[in-house]
Amino acid sequence: MLGALIIVFREVIEAGLIIGIVMAATRGVAGRGRMVTLGVSAGVIGASIVAVFAGAISQAFEGAGQELFNASVLGVAVVMLMWHNAWMARHGREIAEEMRSIGTAVSEGAKPLTALAIVVGLAVLREGSEVVLFLYGIMASGTSGSALLAGGVLGIAAGAAFTALTYFGLLAIPSRYIFSVTSWLIALLAAGMAAQSVQFLNNGGFFVVLDRTIWDTSWVLSEGSLFGRLLHTLIGYTERPTELQLTVYIGTLIAMGLLMRLARYRPQERVAV
Amino acid sequence: MRSLFMLLGLMALVTVAPAATRADDLTLTIKDHRFAPEEVKVPANQRVVITVINDDTTPEEFDSKALKVEKVIPGKSKGVVRIGPLKPGRYPFIGEFHEATAKGVVVAE
Repeated sequence: MLGALIIVFREVIEAGLIIGIVMAATRGVAGRGRMVTLGVSAGVIGASIVAVFAGAISQAFEGAGQELFNASVLGVAVVMLMWHNAWMARHGREIAEEMRSIGTAVSEGAKPLTALAIVVGLAVLREGSEVVLFLYGIMASGTSGSALLAGGVLGIAAGAAFTALTYFGLLAIPSRYIFSVTSWLIALLAAGMAAQSVQFLNNGGFFVVLDRTIWDTSWVLSEGSLFGRLLHTLIGYTERPTELQLTVYIGTLIAMGLLMRLARYRPQERVAV
Repeated sequence: MRSLFMLLGLMALVTVAPAATRADDLTLTIKDHRFAPEEVKVPANQRVVITVINDDTTPEEFDSKALKVEKVIPGKSKGVVRIGPLKPGRYPFIGEFHEATAKGVVVAE
């Protein structure tokens, strides 16, 4: 039962971290609770569908379907995170000011909410499909299934608690700084996802360039440890990055920085991002 | 608009032709939540393709941080795992859904 709890918890916290950051990043934006709920629900439904078709996805594209799927999911999430940060760079200050002056939620938030709802949905989809497959395996094998299943359910609950912890931890940050902190977190999150995405492409046999390992820090921090996994999700920690992964990681950070600078720049009239 | 361009860019990346070189036909079989063989020798410094056959009825996830691979292999099915180029050394992997028994190591030499 403990084994099942740990496996499920491990998967859930990866999505949980992302949800916690997204919730904090949209603090004060009206309707975000609904959007996050929508994202999570769509993610869970999607995860179940992906789990059912795991065999078909796996066999697609000459056995590289799963890698393509994961790479695309991560790629879309990166684009959505960039969009959010660009939007926030433009409107974040107004939101923070309004929050301070009237202490209520502001309405101008539909755009980044859509982007972030998609990010939440994709995070749940990716990690959730593994949880569904794992739990399915437990039920299918029959023996001592109920204890394991209870472990799995507890794992999900523990993961949800962890999400709440992330969220309230971030809320402790004064509202003056919260948007710059969450923008940084989201930039690092996106860079890590982009690096992961190209590795999936490489695993699938696509885009096979710069695939030599640059360094190995597994002796300092194993990526399989709990802290290693958290850092992997949070900032894209990889114990043995390839040249391509590092290039893409730095490239994403630079692209994000440029995009935010561009969005912040305002001539006289407002241009929608 | 920007996101559309980036999506198109991603799709362009995806269509770059596969370039993996198949050195030998390496096969791993999962049976009763164990890998057979538990040790796989591969040539160092080149890309290697391993076919993982899951003979169990339950799904398994071939997982190795050292090899940078995470791949779900549904029950009674098989999956292709592409790894390398690896420096000489030992690279452990596990079946994440049955970590207690499903363990193995890739030895690059």
